[in-house]
Amino acid sequence: MIRFVDVHKSYRVDGKDISALQPFNLDIVDGEVFGIIGHSGAGKSTLIRLINLLERPSGGRILIDDVDLTALDDAALRAQRRRTGMIFQHFNLLSSQTVADNIAFPLRLAGERDQNAIRRRVDELLERVGLTAHANKYPSQLSGGQKQRVGIARALANRPSILLCDEATSALDPQTTASVLELLAQINRDLKLTIVLITHEMDVVRRVCDRVAVLDAGRIVEHGAVADVFLHPEHATTRRFVDEALPEEAAGAAAQYAQVPGRILRLSFRGETTWSPTLSRIARDTGVDFNILAGRIDRIKDLPYGQLTLAMQGAGTDTALASLRDAGIEVEEIAR
Amino acid sequence: MMLAPASPLQQLFPNIDDWGELGHACIDTLLMLGGSLLLTVAIGMPLGVLLYLTGKGQLREMPRLYGVLSLTVNILRSIPFIILMIVLMPLTYVLVGTKLGIRGAIPPLVIGAAPFFARLVETALREVERGVIEASQAMGATTWQIVRHVLLPEARPGLAAGITVTAIALVGYTAMGGAIGAGGLGDLAYRYGYLSYKSDYMVVTVFLLIVLVQLLQTIGDRVVAYFSRR
Repeated sequence: MIRFVDVHKSYRVDGKDISALQPFNLDIVDGEVFGIIGHSGAGKSTLIRLINLLERPSGGRILIDDVDLTALDDAALRAQRRRTGMIFQHFNLLSSQTVADNIAFPLRLAGERDQNAIRRRVDELLERVGLTAHANKYPSQLSGGQKQRVGIARALANRPSILLCDEATSALDPQTTASVLELLAQINRDLKLTIVLITHEMDVVRRVCDRVAVLDAGRIVEHGAVADVFLHPEHATTRRFVDEALPEEAAGAAAQYAQVPGRILRLSFRGETTWSPTLSRIARDTGVDFNILAGRIDRIKDLPYGQLTLAMQGAGTDTALASLRDAGIEVEEIAR
Repeated sequence: MMLAPASPLQQLFPNIDDWGELGHACIDTLLMLGGSLLLTVAIGMPLGVLLYLTGKGQLREMPRLYGVLSLTVNILRSIPFIILMIVLMPLTYVLVGTKLGIRGAIPPLVIGAAPFFARLVETALREVERGVIEASQAMGATTWQIVRHVLLPEARPGLAAGITVTAIALVGYTAMGGAIGAGGLGDLAYRYGYLSYKSDYMVVTVFLLIVLVQLLQTIGDRVVAYFSRR
């Protein structure tokens, strides 16, 4: 468990204190994938660096498994850092070392002398990230996605219990992003380690995170399960992020449907209801007509969900509305 | 060693009557260069690392120590080498027991070149990506481990270029040293070429110095290219 207790951070610039993170409390549970989303300058890279104390808090305590990081001496802090892997937006590999030596680097730093043990561990990690054929190449000979895989292998070398991802996919194209996220999700499942990632893309959060915190100007404005935050964004910043991920829902939906006849509803399905033929059943039972205006069926991590905007016409609209709610569908009436 | 009277070299440079002396001077220059370069790197490298580490915003930021080091380096760099050599004579005598010859030349050469090289080392280290250093810190590396396994290996192209520039500067210094009793090619050029008006000595020594500098630059460029390939 990573626990932030009354943590805040400010920088001194030209004799003035500039606040980077307002005091906050946050718990990150063992084994979960926790996303921190925010625009640049919101304080997310400061926040993630508090977890391995690359940034020291100006006040408050950061507890990992009940050990206060801020109270550790240098040697103990280094030992703790070895149990916390980190990957970076720009990979930060040693350009003068081969892929295998980059992955072996944290082992050597930790004092491992046995060359056979190092080779065995490196081979294992290369296989996990699918780079066995590239062991003797230099980073400059690899693609961005491959470099990030080296970064991941390196971060896992000392069998950490926490993996920190600092905008790990922001420098990658969409396809590579998807495969790196898939790898992270797989690592989270297989190794049961806690992943904390920061990003400015809601899509990254949607694909891999269990829970998310939304950071705006140094303040956590919203946090909770991704499905809750994603389907019911409350803060304006959160809504903007969600709109970016769901472009068809953006920009004044209600006004857009003003001339459409009938009652305009937005339906949200979650889990198994996404796959059941609820709409056609209700249409048959109540005699209303549904006209689908916009929609999306997708997944939030492993949870299927759907969002539909539709127009409903006919005599039995009130009954239909009640039936929809009975079927476990969240209904929001945008216009009538 | 005297050459036969009919030799073409003799015809081309009639005033050069002892080619053996020229050969000796060459070897002296190479010895001074090699010895001083070795010591310059041995002293300048750690000094450069210290300058880098204690600099503003770096791993071991120490403004006062940095200030003192930086000022010392700047002072030594601003004294023209020929003056530095004269000023250092008593110290040279204490260190190596003579003010003359190859041995007498090496202390001022090193004291003149090490601060220069240290600055080049500092600059080369600053070129190493911050992110790589941060990643090493995140892996629990000590400052020494970062210097040894990250900074120095990552900066190899810059360091090799710095050694090349320093070696070439040292060639110039050794030639100047010749004027005040250090020996070597500079000594011949000055004594015979300048004071005795035997301009063929001047031509030959300058030619040899050009060849030496070209050679150093070519080797240096190759080493830099080798390390940058990665």
